[in-house]
Amino acid sequence: MNIRQKRKAESWIALFCSSLAALFGLFWLVFILTDVLIHGISGLNLSLFFNDPAPAGVDGGGLRNAFVGQLMIIGVAACIGVPVGVLGGTFLAEYARGRSLARVISVLADIMVSVPSIIIGTFVYAVMVKPLGHFSGWAGAVALALIMIPVVLRTTEDMLSLVPWTLREAAFALGAPYYKVITQVVYRGAATGILTGILLSIARVAGETAPLLFTSFNNAFFSVNMNGPMPSLTVSIFQYAMGPYEDWHAQAWAAAFIITVVILVVTITSRLIIRWRYK
Amino acid sequence: MASFSVVLLTLGIVIVLIANSWLAIGQFGVWRFLVSTEWNPVTAEFGAATTLFGTLVTTFLSLLIAIPVAVGIAVFVTEVSPDCLKAPIGMAIELLAAIPSIIYGMWGLFTLAPLMANHVEPFLQATLGRLPLFSILLEGTPMGIDLLTSSVILSIMIIPFTASIARDSFNLTPAVVKESAYGLGATRWEVIKNIVLPYSKLGVFGGVVLSMGRALGETMAVAFVLGNRHQITTSLLDAAATITVSLANEFAEADSDIYLSSLFYLALVLFAMSFVTLAIAKLFLLRAERRYSR
Repeated sequence: MNIRQKRKAESWIALFCSSLAALFGLFWLVFILTDVLIHGISGLNLSLFFNDPAPAGVDGGGLRNAFVGQLMIIGVAACIGVPVGVLGGTFLAEYARGRSLARVISVLADIMVSVPSIIIGTFVYAVMVKPLGHFSGWAGAVALALIMIPVVLRTTEDMLSLVPWTLREAAFALGAPYYKVITQVVYRGAATGILTGILLSIARVAGETAPLLFTSFNNAFFSVNMNGPMPSLTVSIFQYAMGPYEDWHAQAWAAAFIITVVILVVTITSRLIIRWRYK
Repeated sequence: MASFSVVLLTLGIVIVLIANSWLAIGQFGVWRFLVSTEWNPVTAEFGAATTLFGTLVTTFLSLLIAIPVAVGIAVFVTEVSPDCLKAPIGMAIELLAAIPSIIYGMWGLFTLAPLMANHVEPFLQATLGRLPLFSILLEGTPMGIDLLTSSVILSIMIIPFTASIARDSFNLTPAVVKESAYGLGATRWEVIKNIVLPYSKLGVFGGVVLSMGRALGETMAVAFVLGNRHQITTSLLDAAATITVSLANEFAEADSDIYLSSLFYLALVLFAMSFVTLAIAKLFLLRAERRYSR
């Protein structure tokens, strides 16, 4: 074999290995998804949505309380996290544009995006659960909101800086004050991006379990009282999957299936929107 | 004003964690806490060495699996695959990152753990286990609930982060440089090895450190399959505990003040570790960005 053939063979082998790596990654995705799909669909039935949990060990029952609790916690979290995040991002991209302060905060936000979510849980526990003496839905919502804020803040900042500066200058030239320019020109230009960013951040916190474990805790009964422990789908999945009953496992799979489908659908559509809008 | 919430949050976490772990810091000191293997709620003796061990081992192992795969994926997406496959494959890999960690954990417990216990681990024992060093690493009865399974799940979780950052930095390599290499008669692999990889070194490294930060703090995925046993073992087929797993399992049921305070102390240690790691990653990525945007 001469040297040219050897180099060609080497190149071919290396590229083959990289294709194998890609296949390996796809394999896990397909494996996990089909597994969740198969187990999830078999556990799916109407009583899952309309019944509350049966006493431990008794078959039947559903997770109505967890669905409602999850939606309420996420709703409140979004109500806190989205305004703070969007306002913060606006400040960084508009008022503090180019200043070193803005750069420091946005790097800090980037780090906070990846900080372990369980740390946020312990933080909220110390601030909200311990002083009050009981677990509460509010605490869970605050924990999720704290996770959302840096995410929303960074996407808002990025999307706002994509709006061309000349557009703002045109508005200034018409005599508009800066806040008008931001609300009526810049926000409109970046609306799709910010909205999809918000959707993605909601999808992300919807699957969070760790920060809810000791903030909103869990509750086997139907409850809309945000002052008490609130059930949530993710914590229920954790509890049911670790539990000893077959019936619990089936319900955990079904709940996992629903969460996965919702999150993947939201993620895929928002990514498609971003792609379609910005490329 | 709102943007300062991030600063407040960071400072708040540091202050609150320190304040709450003050009791344990006073009782066990810093160095002694970090090296003590004791974790005994009954005698109120606590140390972080066992959980630190679990955290570091799972992180290291998962990176060992994830890095080659992630770089391979990035190479495939940027250089090998036909154009029509690039977007779908990139998207599919990113979907892996969108799946909530609790799904990974549950899948790990019900599907991967039995698979590892019945097939993969006995196979590894029968083959690799015969070699001198590996015989220690792979001793014991394969149960599936162990360090190895946890690391595999973790690696699947961090592959997308590393891969997408590596892909982005590969894409930053100027086409002109690559084309001149091709013009000199280089094969594809030689271009990747000698042009693309050196060029995007910083970015890839940043991505790796970033996923390390992720792996350090991952909770739910490992909570299911690690067993939460406070021990330092030489075998990868043994249950162990990580900081995150002990927090998740013991936080809500800590009954004494010193117990709770020690758990806060663990959280503080974890926060410090992941914050520093992520800051380093960010530094690398910023540097990479600055170098190539010129």
